[in-house]
Amino acid sequence: MNYLRHTLLLGLLLLCGHVSALEFKQVLTNESSVTFFYKQIGVPLDGKFNKFAAQITFDPAKIANAQARLDMDVASIDTGSADGDEAVVGKLWFNAKAYPAASFVSTGLKALGGNRYEASGKLSIKGRTLDVVAPVTFQATGTRGIFEGGFTIKRLDYAIGEGEWTDLGTVANEIQIKFHIVVNAAPVKK
Amino acid sequence: MSTVERYNNTAIALHWLIALLIFIAFPLGLYMSDLKLSPTKLQLFSYHKWIGITVLILAVVRVIWRATHKAPALPDSISRLQQLGSHVVHGLLYVLLFAVPLSGWLMSSAKGFQTVLFGVLPLPDLVGKDKALGHLLEAVHQSLNYILLLLVVLHIAALIKHRFIDKDDILTRMLPKGKNA
Ligand code: HEM
Repeated sequence: MNYLRHTLLLGLLLLCGHVSALEFKQVLTNESSVTFFYKQIGVPLDGKFNKFAAQITFDPAKIANAQARLDMDVASIDTGSADGDEAVVGKLWFNAKAYPAASFVSTGLKALGGNRYEASGKLSIKGRTLDVVAPVTFQATGTRGIFEGGFTIKRLDYAIGEGEWTDLGTVANEIQIKFHIVVNAAPVKK
Repeated sequence: MSTVERYNNTAIALHWLIALLIFIAFPLGLYMSDLKLSPTKLQLFSYHKWIGITVLILAVVRVIWRATHKAPALPDSISRLQQLGSHVVHGLLYVLLFAVPLSGWLMSSAKGFQTVLFGVLPLPDLVGKDKALGHLLEAVHQSLNYILLLLVVLHIAALIKHRFIDKDDILTRMLPKGKNA
């Protein structure tokens, strides 16, 4: 009887869509992606981080406790061309030898209503750390949740592209970063 | 010396504008591909693509002109065989006026670099991003360019022969009116 009640309750919670008794924290990296978009002499281009790690703790009922951390492997950047991949790890761009990882560490999450949130955090690239704010949506189906969001940085703020590459006429300053993070939930242990 | 009918001003302008642009695009293509990645290289790639697409547009105009106008006939002083040779080379040059820039456009699409004409007008990608196809089309673009070079050499050789050996008016009918008109 007790068991039945529990199952019913869990079922009800799942149906409600608002799975408040679930904590989303198991990131499925293979289904997730971190991509970026930029312009080069007016040409829209994109790339992605082939390797990154994500740690997320998110309970829609307790967003004050939400935490997120993303570590991107800079050497895994895929620009879509061999020339670009080679250049981008170099000293002038990401200097991957000295700064192998770029990271985002959340500092707060605000609910904007519905499935919309606003995440703030610190973005560190190439030894420089700046505050960023990203609108995020969270969509859950059962125990599977998807975070979707993005923000725009100015590459020169992080010295991404030094020397001749500070010229913004070729590679634009604005780099849009988008993330799509798939997480599984486990019921919260009481 | 036989007097021949001339090409009109539109045809002459198109001919020389296209010739000029190809004489810029060709060495630029050779030079830029070997450069190390730099802002200059990216700029030169853009200029090359813009010049090439301009050639393609002018080629369309030129074919429309050609379809709606009769080209001046070749003088009888030129043998049947030479007339045939001239038609074949001119025909192939027309084909390459399209094939060379189109192969460049296709290659850029396959490599994932869209062409944005003069930095403002985005052209559609002709094929999806595909690395292997991009490599293949690069070889195609290169090969077509060498065929183009060969044909241009033949074209100029024929012109020199007409000018200095046959001493006919074949060159002047494609020159703006002036001294020889
Ligand atoms: C009249 C038109 C054109 C001419 C005469 C021309 C000529 C050339 C030549 C000679 C090369 C060097 C080939 C080599 O590697 O040996 C080249 C490379 C190239 N062309 Fe063109 N081209 C034309 C149009 C175009 C167009 C319309 C595009 C793109 C929209 C284009 C894109 C390229 C690119 C991207 C390369 C460099 C390939 C690489 O090394 O990655 N070309 N072109």
